[in-house]
Amino acid sequence: MSSAISNLDMVMNERIIGKVKRVNGPVIEVMGITDAEMFELVRVGRQNLIGELIKLEADSAVVQVYEDTTGIAPHDPVFGAGMQLSAELGPGMIGTIYDGIQRPLEAIYEKTGIFITRGVTVPSLDREKQWHFVPCVEPGAHVAAGSVIGTVQETENLEHKILAPPTVSGVLQSVAPEGEYTVTETVATIERDCGGMQDLSMMQRWPIRIQRPTKERLPLDIPLITGQRVIDALFPVAKGGTVAIPGGFGTGKTMTQQAVAKWCDADLIVYIGCGERGNEITDVLTEFPELIDPRTGRSLMERTILIANTSNMPVSAREASIYTGITMAEYFRDQGKHVAILADSTSRWAEALRELSGRMEEMPAEEGFPAYLPTKIAEFYERAGRMETLSGDQGSVTIIGAVSPPGGDFSEPVTQHTKRFIRCFWALDRNLANARHYPAISWLESYSEYMQDMAPWFEQEVNPEWFEDRTEIMELLHKEVRLQQVVKLVGPDALPDTQRFILEVCTLFKNAFLQQNAYDKIDMFSTMQKQARMMHIIVTYWKRGQEAIKNGATLVKMRKLRAYQDIIKMKFTVPNEDLSGLDKIEARLERSMDQMEALHS
Amino acid sequence: MESAKENRHLLAGREYVGVDRIDGPLIFVKNTHPVGYRELIECVDKDGQMRLGIVLESSTDAVVVQVFEGTAGLTLPDTRMRFCGEPLNLPVSKEMLGRVFNGLGQPIDGGPPQRGDLALDINGMAINPIARQYPRDFIQTGISVIDGMNTLIRGQKLPIFSGNGLPHNELAAQIARQAKIRGTQTEFAVVFAAMGVKHDVARFFIRSFEESGVLDNVALFLSLADDPSIERLITPRTALTLAEHLAFNEDMHVLVVMTDMTNYCESLREISTIRGEIPSRKGYPGYLYSDLAELYERSGMIKGKAGSITSLPILTMPNDDISHPIPDLSGYITEGQIVFEREMDGRGIYPPVAGLPSLSRLMKDGIGEGMTREDHPHLASQLFAAYSYVKDVRNLASVIGEEELTPLDHDYLEFGKHFEQKFVSQRQDEERSIEETLDIGWDVLRSLPVEELHRITEEEIEKYYGG
Repeated sequence: MSSAISNLDMVMNERIIGKVKRVNGPVIEVMGITDAEMFELVRVGRQNLIGELIKLEADSAVVQVYEDTTGIAPHDPVFGAGMQLSAELGPGMIGTIYDGIQRPLEAIYEKTGIFITRGVTVPSLDREKQWHFVPCVEPGAHVAAGSVIGTVQETENLEHKILAPPTVSGVLQSVAPEGEYTVTETVATIERDCGGMQDLSMMQRWPIRIQRPTKERLPLDIPLITGQRVIDALFPVAKGGTVAIPGGFGTGKTMTQQAVAKWCDADLIVYIGCGERGNEITDVLTEFPELIDPRTGRSLMERTILIANTSNMPVSAREASIYTGITMAEYFRDQGKHVAILADSTSRWAEALRELSGRMEEMPAEEGFPAYLPTKIAEFYERAGRMETLSGDQGSVTIIGAVSPPGGDFSEPVTQHTKRFIRCFWALDRNLANARHYPAISWLESYSEYMQDMAPWFEQEVNPEWFEDRTEIMELLHKEVRLQQVVKLVGPDALPDTQRFILEVCTLFKNAFLQQNAYDKIDMFSTMQKQARMMHIIVTYWKRGQEAIKNGATLVKMRKLRAYQDIIKMKFTVPNEDLSGLDKIEARLERSMDQMEALHS
Repeated sequence: MESAKENRHLLAGREYVGVDRIDGPLIFVKNTHPVGYRELIECVDKDGQMRLGIVLESSTDAVVVQVFEGTAGLTLPDTRMRFCGEPLNLPVSKEMLGRVFNGLGQPIDGGPPQRGDLALDINGMAINPIARQYPRDFIQTGISVIDGMNTLIRGQKLPIFSGNGLPHNELAAQIARQAKIRGTQTEFAVVFAAMGVKHDVARFFIRSFEESGVLDNVALFLSLADDPSIERLITPRTALTLAEHLAFNEDMHVLVVMTDMTNYCESLREISTIRGEIPSRKGYPGYLYSDLAELYERSGMIKGKAGSITSLPILTMPNDDISHPIPDLSGYITEGQIVFEREMDGRGIYPPVAGLPSLSRLMKDGIGEGMTREDHPHLASQLFAAYSYVKDVRNLASVIGEEELTPLDHDYLEFGKHFEQKFVSQRQDEERSIEETLDIGWDVLRSLPVEELHRITEEEIEKYYGG
């Protein structure tokens, strides 16, 4: 930690640190090492390929290169940058699309055309663009590490707080007046507590593999509302929580991730396309700018940062992309924002680890994965959390990681190890996906450990009956499984009406509540209020209907109720802004049930 | 430092006599000048026969070279090696259409050697995601189950997951023959890459292209079953390099048919094992996913370019197992999959496309009003849902007997029968327009009572179901 921080303040001084000894794909052995240090950023050969030093041994070292190494030969020079692989943090990140090592793809496109050529150097943050800086501290004041020295209105709805780096504190000597500045211009000068003067600009660097410091962790008891009913109502995640979404191909991992990215109530989204399809990124790039964030009325792209390291881009940069993403997220968390990271998919990241480990000829553990896989997964997920920041704000980083188990088999190492370090599990089910029931989140295999912690919030903010309704429904869904087993053996006719009614209600709940159409204008997103009301109506239908059936009403009659049709369609017909439609449906339901009761009593 | 670099270029032409070790397709040479990773080599045996290879690993101790044509007949002292100083490049031009090449891109049709407009590195480069154009153009294949339920989109990569003995070649050939964008007349080409398939399979494709009169628009890259297995690793790369040239430099719409990806992966495993790499699942190398992605991700559309690459890889699932690493990893990269079902084939249904596991991910943005017909999205969704229920009913019927089923379940069985026989099943020379396909879809839906159609709007029911 301390060495990393001392590096931050160093200027980039490139020097030759050794010569190539052996090339094997993205892994290069270097000989004649002089003064290189661990995790140092390096450049290889005349092609200037970016790499990172990952092993040191006597006078030799191993470098993992983030670009294709075709043409690199023994004796090619290796240059050290004198600092670790770091992210540049400051205004200009929002709405940008980066590769795994934070190079803006737009700038690369302008420089090299449709294909990504090697050895391109472009700064992560635009050096030309000027931002309107507003200082909020006076000279003479003491600036604590990580505290706010000014602000920049980056987008209409996002105020970017300019922070003192987490390693710098001291007495403010001067601060720039309000005005336009580029990210590298000095906006403040500090006499450090540890001695010496330091100029601060709006940009800071942070080594991506190290967690940014905070004051303390806060309890996870506020949900991240995603607008997806099966998630919010059955398996909600807390702000600062960790989720895994495992599922075989075609079960809708990407669809679920994108739906959450679009509609969740985070201030900022970091979407990491890690080893996935190029066209999926294009899809996000074409769709997000057109979608409107219901909370701010602005384009969704104005709260999104994209990291795209598609499957055909170099595998080692895929390994780094996860860390680049979380470092950016932590930086915004430190400004007191709620950030959600969507990593699609962490399995590709684990496979990148495996590939690199194999090339370094390390001893493999399960299925060829390195033995340190669980440690790496744990380190990553532990960077999530709701924190009190150094500046005294509260912010959170929620991690939602997709897992792509080979053959859809959840017993494989990545899924199993991930399960140990997450507390919310949204299992995607092949059978649901085949029946085009989306989101195909299984209500039997999924779980959320945050449920109990967040119950007070739901009861207070949403509906006091919420918890009870949810428990009732979950119970029914579990009963249904047992009943379905009986049905499979003897057919539904063998069951008594009371039990068949359970099947009916579950089918209704699945169709009317759990299934959600991502392309329907109304249904694509439901507010928590709408969800709670919808659930309550279905629970009412169940409770009253059950009574009616005991009193002799028939199943056919129950299904013929007009209210039944209303319930099925309510997700499409009642808009989020105006829930009066639900009042009508509820009233009609109560009335029909009253009539039925009168008839049979 | 500089001098080492300069020397490398001067030394590029130098010939080394004698090698140190030969193991399978790999040759180890010691004491060379610094040789670049993935550099092309020419290897001459004692009879003066030349073979090509590339550098798999380069170090100060030794260079590991993989020889495409195999190492049979090579000796340690008499083998001569020349390092070319650059990776394997393929000379490409539009004139390559209508010709037959081997896996390395050398003509084997008896014609003159091709003159390239330019030479391209066969490994290609990653397309910048920013530069991609999201594919939306509907391709009409004339095959109902594809057009209606798993629509092919221009620029998509849609593999056929088949099994041995199933009619995947027939379907691929039919798609290549019939595929068209409606209402347009654009220049198109087919690039065909055969990896380890039999001679008669290659001949089947050639004949099929000949009969439909498109052979002049087809370039064939053949690395057949009796060619060295190592050549298969290069074949799809040469084929895709030509495809990229045609699509992005010559503005053509290219359909790439690659068969059989399973053979390609087997070759990859072979090399990996010989190199002593740590295997992951079923002995395949850990980088199988990245390697396949390098191939599949080369298809697509690009902003500001008129052409496109649509790819149709064919793979046979070992033992019909879709969770086998080859189909599994492919499915994670491609944009959907057409899955064949042996049981349907046994019942004489062609194409035997399994309804539920098949999927086209790009379908959602390429169908509907203005593209196919406004009822298409809901109709497809309803057919999927109903067919999925049919599977449940059939399972139930096999336990309790058909007689015990409810009348509604009987309707579903009826629907399932019509769906398979009228909608899915068609002749190999039958070309249905999208309207015909959708109308047949409505026709089979009429086996079900109207209350069961949850996924269709009332207007659509009025317009199509009632009529």
